Amino acid sequence: MAREIPYIQAIMEAITEEMQRDPNVIFYGQEQAVSDEDPMVVAFGRKRVRPTPISETAEIGMAVGAAMVGLRPVVELLMTDFILVALDQVVNEAARVYFKTAGRVKVPIVLKAGYGFAAGWSVQHANCWYNLFMGVPGLKVVVPSTAADAKGLMKAAIRDDNPVLYLHHYMLTLVPGPVPDGDVVVPIGVADVKRPGRDVTIIATGWMVQRSLEAADLLAREGIDVEVVDPRSLAPLDVDTLVASVEKTRRVVLVDQAPRHASAAALIAAEIAERAFGALAAPPRLVTALDTSVPYSKPLEDAVIPSVERIVQAVREVVQA
Amino acid sequence: MQPLPYPDRERALWIYRQMVRIREFEERVKRTFTEHPGMIRGHTHLGDGAEATIVGAIAAIRPDDYVLATYRCHGYLIALGSSPRAMMAEIYGKATGLSHGLAGSMHLADPEHQFLGTSGIVGQGIPHATGVALAIQVRGGDQVVLCFFGDGASKQGAFHESLNIASLWKLPVVYILENNLYQAVTRVEMEDANAAAGEPLSTKARAYSMPGVTIDGTDPIAVLTTVANAVERARRGEGPTLIESVFYRFSAHGNIIVPPPVPLHFEEHEALTIYKCADEYEQWRQRDPIPRFRAWLRGIGVSEDELVAIESAAREEMDDAVRFALESPWPEPDILQRYVYA
Ligand SMILES: Cc1ncc(C[n+]2csc(CCOP(=O)(O)OP(=O)(O)O)c2C)c(N)n1
Ligand SMILES: [Mg+2]
Repeated sequence: MAREIPYIQAIMEAITEEMQRDPNVIFYGQEQAVSDEDPMVVAFGRKRVRPTPISETAEIGMAVGAAMVGLRPVVELLMTDFILVALDQVVNEAARVYFKTAGRVKVPIVLKAGYGFAAGWSVQHANCWYNLFMGVPGLKVVVPSTAADAKGLMKAAIRDDNPVLYLHHYMLTLVPGPVPDGDVVVPIGVADVKRPGRDVTIIATGWMVQRSLEAADLLAREGIDVEVVDPRSLAPLDVDTLVASVEKTRRVVLVDQAPRHASAAALIAAEIAERAFGALAAPPRLVTALDTSVPYSKPLEDAVIPSVERIVQAVREVVQA
Repeated sequence: MQPLPYPDRERALWIYRQMVRIREFEERVKRTFTEHPGMIRGHTHLGDGAEATIVGAIAAIRPDDYVLATYRCHGYLIALGSSPRAMMAEIYGKATGLSHGLAGSMHLADPEHQFLGTSGIVGQGIPHATGVALAIQVRGGDQVVLCFFGDGASKQGAFHESLNIASLWKLPVVYILENNLYQAVTRVEMEDANAAAGEPLSTKARAYSMPGVTIDGTDPIAVLTTVANAVERARRGEGPTLIESVFYRFSAHGNIIVPPPVPLHFEEHEALTIYKCADEYEQWRQRDPIPRFRAWLRGIGVSEDELVAIESAAREEMDDAVRFALESPWPEPDILQRYVYA
């Protein structure tokens, strides 16, 4: 059985269920649990659920410390942009501990943050910084695009013994989707075919999966059968599934909401070029944000971020090539 | 100590005019959410309630001094003489805006009026202001920097690191901690150790061996007097001061946070929506800095007519700003690559 619930509700359900399952899971962050009626406070009490000051370095650094001795903190960081003030704790602390202790100390933390808020949030609040983190050895990065993946990946993230950056897309917050009942875990590092097709593969994450599926529907009317594949996690990256799809369709378009330079799309294109060059009937095509800041004004923001039209156009060109 | 700069009649009226202009501007920003849905996007933060702190502080500086503040930035620019037309146009995302629609409400900047801009990332403007003060000191100037930030921001490392260096190097900066009693939706005593212990937030100054004072931020004369003393101290090369100015914001932290197509609006203040404390809200409403200062001005002999003239001029000016912004064209995408590299 499955229920239709919004993406954000699926995420909170996963945290709640994991907190019920494991008393070592704690949850804290800014603007959380301020009211005594907060459902998390009611369910788990103020020891395990806390509002914090605006102190990302301490919030993340303390999670690292608590995790070293067995807790499994889930830190609510609101927006990925806010993590940047605590970059050391993520990149050079959390992700280094297991290695430098030769596996004797683990850091099972989940850093939960929204991203990609393409609704006028402007230069410092609407970024897609996953590319900054996907090259950090020891750190896992997940980017669910559906309610079911959001729930299953949060469960996997909390149970994972490594630091996991759990990035949920702000534009998907209220989007409902079927979520299976029961304790369903979506493994980290496994891509998912969101729409099977024969003629061309689109690889997309987060909100761009939705746009790619819309593009696929439009292209179907022209007789172009598009396969849409969502890596779901960027580190580790399920290159096998991506390559298998491209070997089948022989054509690939990579859609990424982040700027092109040093993007996830560029990384995946390189993996495909190395592994499936011989299978390609056309060069891979990248549809990304422009290499500029995310602007405030609507017409400018629309011009920066990949649109359905740009995706459709790129697919047509790749198919005709 | 310097003699207190009791404002003369003209100065007092200037303060009142700026306070009213800020309030009228902010009310129009807020009304835009209902009158022109979709025009303002993202997140917008209002300064209604902060007028006495903003204007009292800016009244204490010279035209060549500098001001830096946060995403809650509209009021400072108005008091510094920026064009409300260009400000409103920026908030509406229009080509005629201060940054041609690239930045929006959170990032108004007007270097020609000594306002170097804001960070939308809490606390991160504090080192910038401190660096401006460093530049002044390096060049041997006698300007001063006003650095505004919230109570919540004083829990960032950037705050503590900056205050230590500024005190160590005796930099010409005045830190104005705007304690509006809330960090977004969290009450200050839930997130600040001083507040939880019943101590003022200016206690933090002690850790950095600089003067720390707490003042009534709803009284522009108290703000002016205190900031003027701190500014003079900084100008003399004696270093920074931390001023905690306590007031209340009358609107919610910002408009609701939801993705499109849900229309945006401002809810009531968190005291009402989350904490169910109508009393708290009403008590602060009684201390609204604008009617209070108006009564004070009447008390020193300013006529009703003069005050009404100030108020209606402000309303007309801000109506004009809205009209201008509405009628302005949208920016063209060619601007997107123009400001990537200097
Ligand atoms: C580093 C960082 N963390 C979190 C946020 C989200 N945020 C924006 S404003 C705000 C509250 C700030 O409170 P305060 O400093 O008191 O300023 P006020 O808004 O009350 O003026 C928070 C948590 C942010 N912008 N930056
Ligand atoms: Mg505050």
